[in-house]
Order: sequence, then C-alpha cells, then structure tokens
Amino acid sequence: MKLFEWQGKELFSSYGIAVPKGKVIDKKEELEKIDIPFPWVLKAQVLVGGRGKAGGIKIANDMEEARKAFDEIMAMEIKGEKVKKILVEEKAEIEKEMYLSFFLDRSSRQFLMMFSSKGGVDIESMKENVKKIYINPLIGLQQYHLRKIPKEVRQIARSLYNLFVEKDCELAEINPLAIAGGEALALDSKIIIDDNAMYRHGELPKENAELTPLEREARSKGIAFVQLDGNIGVIANGAGLTMATLDALNEFNGKGGVFLDLGGTDDPEKVKQALEIMVKAKPKVILINLFGGITKCDTVAKGIIEFMQENETPPIVARIKGVNEDVAREMLKDYVIAVDSFQEVAKKAAELGG
Amino acid sequence: MAIWVDEDIRLLVQGITGHQGQFHTKAMQEFGTNIVAGVTPGKGGMQVHGVPVYDSVEDAMEREPNASIVFVPAAFARDAVIEALDAGIKLIVVITENIPFHDTMQFVHYAMYKNARVIGPNCPGIASPGKSKIGIFPNIIFKEGNVGVASRSGTLTYEIVASLSKAGIGQSTCVGLGGDPITGSTFIDALKAFEEDEETKAIVMVGEIGGTAEEEAAEYIKRNVSKPVYAYIAGRTAPPGKRMGHAGAIIAGNMGTAESKIAALEDAGVVVARFPYEIAGLIKNDKEIW
Repeated sequence: MKLFEWQGKELFSSYGIAVPKGKVIDKKEELEKIDIPFPWVLKAQVLVGGRGKAGGIKIANDMEEARKAFDEIMAMEIKGEKVKKILVEEKAEIEKEMYLSFFLDRSSRQFLMMFSSKGGVDIESMKENVKKIYINPLIGLQQYHLRKIPKEVRQIARSLYNLFVEKDCELAEINPLAIAGGEALALDSKIIIDDNAMYRHGELPKENAELTPLEREARSKGIAFVQLDGNIGVIANGAGLTMATLDALNEFNGKGGVFLDLGGTDDPEKVKQALEIMVKAKPKVILINLFGGITKCDTVAKGIIEFMQENETPPIVARIKGVNEDVAREMLKDYVIAVDSFQEVAKKAAELGG
Repeated sequence: MAIWVDEDIRLLVQGITGHQGQFHTKAMQEFGTNIVAGVTPGKGGMQVHGVPVYDSVEDAMEREPNASIVFVPAAFARDAVIEALDAGIKLIVVITENIPFHDTMQFVHYAMYKNARVIGPNCPGIASPGKSKIGIFPNIIFKEGNVGVASRSGTLTYEIVASLSKAGIGQSTCVGLGGDPITGSTFIDALKAFEEDEETKAIVMVGEIGGTAEEEAAEYIKRNVSKPVYAYIAGRTAPPGKRMGHAGAIIAGNMGTAESKIAALEDAGVVVARFPYEIAGLIKNDKEIW
C-alpha cells in the first residue's frame, strides 16, 4: 500500500527524520489557521508520480496567492487521480538536494540502499550517479555501509532503515533529501508498505487509496480483482491463468475489463460472491475459464447457476476443464455458452464484446 | 532421476491438522509420497490419515523426515520454516500465500546459511511423476517422462502440464517456484538442476510479469543451458502498477513487462509460445528432442 506524502512525513517525524513544518488540509478556510511564515509551498496529495510537472506544486508568498493556489490545485486531476488534500509547508532555503532510499530488491533478494548526491529527479533517469549498497536482511545495516554515504546524511539513513524494517516497507524513499541550514531535511516521502504485513501494523492507515471502491470490496472478501479498461469480465482460477486468459482475449481483439482470480475455491458461495462483484463492474460479457484440479467443476457450476437464478447477468461464455467437467457442462447447458477450448472461449467472448 | 524430489523423500507436513493440510496429506499419499510425520503445536499424539502428529519439528525428527511442506497460516509461516531449518531439514516447500515479504527474506537467507533449499512461498510445490510429490498439484495431470517444468504460477501450470500429458509428453519434474516477489528457488536454480539431470531432455518455463527473473534466466540459458527451452509468459496485456493476483506480478515503472521478458528469452534461443496450449505442439514437433 502506498502512503500519501503527508502520511509518510508523519512516519518520518516519529523516527526523528526532520521534515519541513507543515499542515495537511482539505478546506480553504483552514488556510487562515496555518501558523507558518510565508512563503509557503502547496502540494497536491496524490499517489501517482509526475505531480510537479503536472503543476500540482505551487508557491504562495501571501494569503491571496495561497487561496488561488489552493483552488487551482484542488480542481486538478493528475493522471486520473483527483486531488483531495493539500499539504501546506514552509518553503525551506535549500543548499543541496540528494536522493536516499531503501527497498526490497527482488533480483538480489537483499535490501538495497540507494544514494545519490543529486536529488529531486526520477531515480531511473539518474542511473550513473547512484550508489547501490546491498544489505543482507539477516545481518542488517552496518557502520561500513553508512561510511559509503556523506556524513551529513548517515543519521537520517539509519533512521530511514529502521522505519523500512519495522514498518514492513517494500520501499522507503526520500527524494529530495535536502540540506537546509546545515540540517538534513526530507522534502518528500514515498513509502510502500507490504500489503501482506498490514495485519501487524494497526497504527498505519487502513484505507488503500489506490484501489477502486469495487477493488476494495473484493479485497475485503479475499477475491483478487483488478479493474481494467475493456468490457469483458474475466473470471479464472489462479492469477497466471487469469492473466493468460486476458492475453488470449487480446489476441482476438477482445478487451478485458476485469481480472478476477477465483483462487482455489470449492465453495459455491465464493463463486456467487465473485459473480456479484463482477456484475457490479457492468461488463458486456463474462468469460469464465476454469481449470479444476483441486477445485471441482460441478461445485463451481452450482455457484454459477444459483447466482443466475437470482440475478440478471450479461451473457456468460465458459470453458470448464478438469475434475467432473462432464457433470458441470451438463448442469450449465441452459445457462451459459459452453465451449471446449481455451482458444474458443477467448474468441467467442471477444466476438460478443466487440 | 528427477530434480530435488524422488522416491527417497520422507516427508513432514507442517500444519497437518488444518483443512488444507489434511486434504493434501491424503492427495500426496495417493500420489505415492512417503509421509512420515506431521506437526501442529498442541495436537501431538493425533493421527491424520495414518500419519503421526507431533507438537514440534524437533519431536517429529524421530521419524527421520528429510523434507517438509508448510501449510501453516501466513502469520506463523516464518516461525515454521525456521523451526524446520533448525531441526536440520534441507528441503522445505512453502505453500502458504500472503507471507510478509520481510519474513520471507529472513527465512530464505537463513536457508542459504543452513545450506537448505526452500521452494515457494505462494507456490503449488514440486512433483516428480512416478516418484513423489510435495505440493498441491492435482495428481491427475501428470505423466512420467522427460520434460522439466518450472513455473511462477499454479493453475496455469496445471493447464500446461495437463496438455503436455494429453499430447503424450511426460515430465521428469514439475516445480512451482511461487508467485511472490521473493522466493527461495528461482528459474536459474531450476534450469541448472534440469541441465544436470540426465532424464530431462527439454525444459518448459512458465513466467509472468513482474521482476526480472525471466531476464536473468535468459542470460543464464545463453551461457549454461544446452537443452531446448520453451516458455510462456503471462501478462502481456497487464497494465503497469497493478498487482495481477500474485504479489509478485506487478510492472513497476518500466520494469517487469512481458515484452522485456519475451525479448530476452527469444534472444537466448528460447521458443516462446503466444498461448499456453501451444507448448505441447511445439515440443512434439521438435525433432531434436525425440
């Protein structure tokens, strides 16, 4: 789960990492109550990148400019994300901007500290100036690791490392990390917490702002569900099979609108829940692609039929393979368009969707 | 021959009294796996499908297990894996999904320190047809033979393995590496083992978006693999920034796209199928194998 900048900065403060004096607001009246000397920086609170380029950060030298900046930012939609909150901060006198982060490096399977003496830009665009320092997760951060980065940021690196480990982060990034008045100061925060570890962090925000309302509902029911751009809802069991089905659809010019991984369920109720959420996404066609190994095809068929008897659904094209497939096919023959192969199910759904 | 798992396996089931543990204990026995003990703290003295249950791995060692499968819930999985490693078990298959990444990092590195192999987490396990299965693959999909399969996915692998079997192409070993960003075993580990395994004549890789494991495997294949490799990569149409069901299936920035993986594999001489069901036909037509 991604944290907003202001949430990340609250975490920074609790770890002794200095941040500019600031306040997060969502109403214009609140500007009047802010007890920070001008000039201010007003920053749109969004989770997508590229906020600065989109005009989501504005300077205000007095209250009038602040009100104007507030209105402009609040009206913005940055890469499809509406601005709901603004962080108002003192404008620091910056001497130097650097980059510092810790993340879980998949390919080395270690923690990776990255430091650059040039900050404020996208890390991917400054490859040659980046120091990469690998840290064994069993041993942790050592003094010699810190000696590879400038003295003035070592303490902040130690604190950021502690936060990274204790809060189960996938990524903890300060960019830019500024030197202002001789002190290291985190001007921005980017923190991604591992969703799998949320259960042991009651202190962290619960609502994952990146998800759509339907995605959130699905997640609360333990269903893997992703909304996409197309009009065909895909239900399969297993993440790989669901992705492969979406890919196959695309080969026949069909556009997947929903990714729904049913998982290894043997419970008709779960199938009904999945269909319920799927129907709310309003697809034009539903494609069901099941490979029953442990999952029994007839149990899934039972769930589909019970749901269809009680609810309106768009046409369903289904390919059901595996344990008890014959029984399932016989049960479903009056309800769905049944086809035999992976290829056919994608082709047929694409036709109906187009 | 096969890789990592054969008829000499004496299996311990951690979390044997749970729903999944019980169900798959029976399924593995039906496959032919020799299950010698189970562990569930507080349930010592019970039996599950004739298998004696112990309170701890240390107690269960009197049955001399040489491998373990972990079904315990995510919050307790790290503890279970470390308990098995400390008891001296050298092969641990972790089925559990949703384990915190930092926990996985720890037991994966502890396993390296103990010279042990972890397969998973969030995986369907490993099966060598005709010999032994440590996992949750459906038994019906397999056939004994000479193709090695390594995959990051579950059901998609069942689909591909079943289509291989149906086409008369049997398997030496099928290993599910897991759908998490951090796993105990990687494509490179599996490729190395299949290359060394005399019984394996061809290798199938089932990859997906996220990370760079397929790109690294491609580099490895170029230098070290003489056997023909076939691949399928899921997620060509997945949008960036969305987790597609598996924790590890996410395109971050411009990293982890299917295009990049397919290009790297093709550059290494791997035949990449557009559809999962094409793999069986491609292998069948390869005159160099048969």
